[in-house]
Amino acid sequence: MSIPLTSNQVVDRYFLEHRAKALDIAAFLDRFDRAATAEGVATSATTTDVRVGALAAALDLVRDGQPDRARRMLELWSDHSVDPIASAHTKGAIGAVPLNARDRT
Amino acid sequence: MYIDPHVHMVSRTTDDYQRMALAGCVAITEPAFWAGYDRSCAQGFVDYFGQLTDSEPKRAAQFGICHHTWLCINPKESEDIGLAREVLAEIPKFLDRRNVLGIGEIGLNKNSRNELVVLEEHIALAKSRNLLILVHTPHLEDKMKGTRIIMDAIVSHGVDPGRVLIDHVEEHTVRAVLDRGFWAGMTLYPDTKCTPQRATDIFEMHGTDRLWINSAADWGISDPLAVPKCREEMRARGHLEQTIRKVSFDNPKQFLSQSPNFRVV
Ligand SMILES: [Zn+2]
Repeated sequence: MSIPLTSNQVVDRYFLEHRAKALDIAAFLDRFDRAATAEGVATSATTTDVRVGALAAALDLVRDGQPDRARRMLELWSDHSVDPIASAHTKGAIGAVPLNARDRT
Repeated sequence: MYIDPHVHMVSRTTDDYQRMALAGCVAITEPAFWAGYDRSCAQGFVDYFGQLTDSEPKRAAQFGICHHTWLCINPKESEDIGLAREVLAEIPKFLDRRNVLGIGEIGLNKNSRNELVVLEEHIALAKSRNLLILVHTPHLEDKMKGTRIIMDAIVSHGVDPGRVLIDHVEEHTVRAVLDRGFWAGMTLYPDTKCTPQRATDIFEMHGTDRLWINSAADWGISDPLAVPKCREEMRARGHLEQTIRKVSFDNPKQFLSQSPNFRVV
């Protein structure tokens, strides 16, 4: 089952929606940096916050020109370990894992 | 005409039923899930199972919607194995109720050892009663790992994957689920799951066999009209009416009709 739209129709139908979403990401990073600067802590370029780091890495992936970006972005943010953890200390998930420790157990 | 095969109506108001009926909903299935707080004892689940098998079908019937349910203790409350086993012991008392399709939504939440033990005991119960299974896969960063562990557990119990629906698949899990012979559900839920656009993309990339859509509308910010909105997205892209009907009616009907308790009229 293929996509019935032409590439032009894809742009016509979705561009404004995704322009707005891209702008939201920029504004989110600006907001984070304004708060960090006021606090005197690391801004988005150097923060150790796992989620902000994961978002920045995902933006690199968006621009790499390769297919399956959505799948690869989800994989980038996923826990790649295989064994069950000893016990659940929380119910929630945060949406990303540390990029340098994706195989945590 | 459509089916929403995963929606938590106990958390919704009666006017949601009215709006769903107006949008063409003829049948729903409601898995047992976490109420947003931990129940203090097994009796809390017994009351909930009564609501799912008695009160809720009557409320749905007022709007011509056939209500079905799935029973379990959900993975978010499965860390306490003692409580989970007390609840598991109560489930067989409800399995003969006429709107019960099977065991669900079982699965994993944080992929812990205790969650896995409770999942396996649910799988064994379903297998022993020849019941369908509806699986909840974990959220966000835990989904990919949890989906693999769940599929391995089901296969190791000798359950036919054609009688199991693995829900909440996204781009990174859908292929593995379908390749192993399971059915797969895409959940249309703000922020944490699929949008109508991405669900439609996934149909275009992975086909429409053994794949369906649901709202999973519950007590969170969610949308009981998510399925008709995805149908509209597919229509706007130019997909055929028969394709739209397949993913929102024929597929759920085909899978769910493996239970003698499923009906659409
Ligand atoms: Zn659910």
